[in-house]
Amino acid sequence: MAENSSAETPSTEPQARKVTYCGVCTLPPEYCEFGGTAKKCKEWLENEYPDMHERLYSEVIISHILILHRTAAVAATLSTLSIDAQKRAQKDSAKKEAKAAQQEKRAAEDKAAAKVLIKRVERNKRKYVTAVSGLEAHGLDLKKVAKEWGKKFATGSSVTKTASGSEEVVVQGDNSDEIYDWVADVGNVPEDNIELIEDKKKKGG
Amino acid sequence: MFKKDISAGAKSKVKSSAQRAIRTKVVETYPLLAPHIDEIIPKKSQLDLLKLPDRVSLYALDNEPLFWQHMDDPIIPHLRVVHAFPTCFSRIGIDRGAIRFVLSGATLMAPGLTSKGGRLPESDAELQEGEVVVIEAEGKEEACLVGQLKMGTKEIKEKNKGAVIDSGHYLGDGLWKLTID
Repeated sequence: MAENSSAETPSTEPQARKVTYCGVCTLPPEYCEFGGTAKKCKEWLENEYPDMHERLYSEVIISHILILHRTAAVAATLSTLSIDAQKRAQKDSAKKEAKAAQQEKRAAEDKAAAKVLIKRVERNKRKYVTAVSGLEAHGLDLKKVAKEWGKKFATGSSVTKTASGSEEVVVQGDNSDEIYDWVADVGNVPEDNIELIEDKKKKGG
Repeated sequence: MFKKDISAGAKSKVKSSAQRAIRTKVVETYPLLAPHIDEIIPKKSQLDLLKLPDRVSLYALDNEPLFWQHMDDPIIPHLRVVHAFPTCFSRIGIDRGAIRFVLSGATLMAPGLTSKGGRLPESDAELQEGEVVVIEAEGKEEACLVGQLKMGTKEIKEKNKGAVIDSGHYLGDGLWKLTID
């Protein structure tokens, strides 16, 4: 009995193959070289699945050498052509990698600079709405956040377009302090990047 | 087809009768999958239907995408399903040079299949236009693209020119990166 439960009972039908996917670029590891984050993927694989890393990356080198040898033996013109193509591919992938790295860097910088503005807008005497902008730069989904706040504060909460074309979350009532805490805790935004603003709406509405 | 990152729309449960219909449809399109269908879509399971942009519907089970379908085109498996059951689909191969283009979402062109590294079925097992094929790559174990043929394999060999698959699902595209919650 115990044996049966520990060892999986061999079923009559073939089981699904379990494929390992790269933790960095989510592709099967053999395709990492095309993902643009090849270096990181390689490190990840080396840590997580050393045997697979060995197999994949030594194989790549061997196959490269093989290609070189074979083509050299067959015809000189063909070999230069394939080497050219290979070089081009290599250059291409290097370029892609650099681009991806740069993009990532820029995204990180953007994130560091991006501020979340929590505006308390006076709607009527003693009635306020809270408008929060800049959340999307910190990887929060506006729609989901709006829904969450609506539930949390038991008020209306929606995503609205501002005059400048961007989108913000508008919550009924003055919830600026709670929202401040929420953004810092749940939203994982550093407190330096959150700003509370008081805003008076134009009179005569 | 999924070149841009996509976000899933409304998620709804599939009626059990509709689910049965999907099952039979899948088995019909992929006869080789018949022995495994209980493993992919167990009889007593609840499929979800997600609406994706461009009138694509995605069938998922326990937040795992399984199949997608564009309007009334054939049901096409998600690449993770292809990876789990690679032998159950019609497969052709592309050469090494074509991989990077495929993975950046380009249309698959005939020369990538007819060249030395490519692989097409023998003349006794030609694939017809409109059939769903899985594309494997030279020197790689896993498939990198799945889609509908725009040209029969015989025509590909004869012409050696033109688009073969133009709206498939490839590794790292929006559908691949899609997470359902």
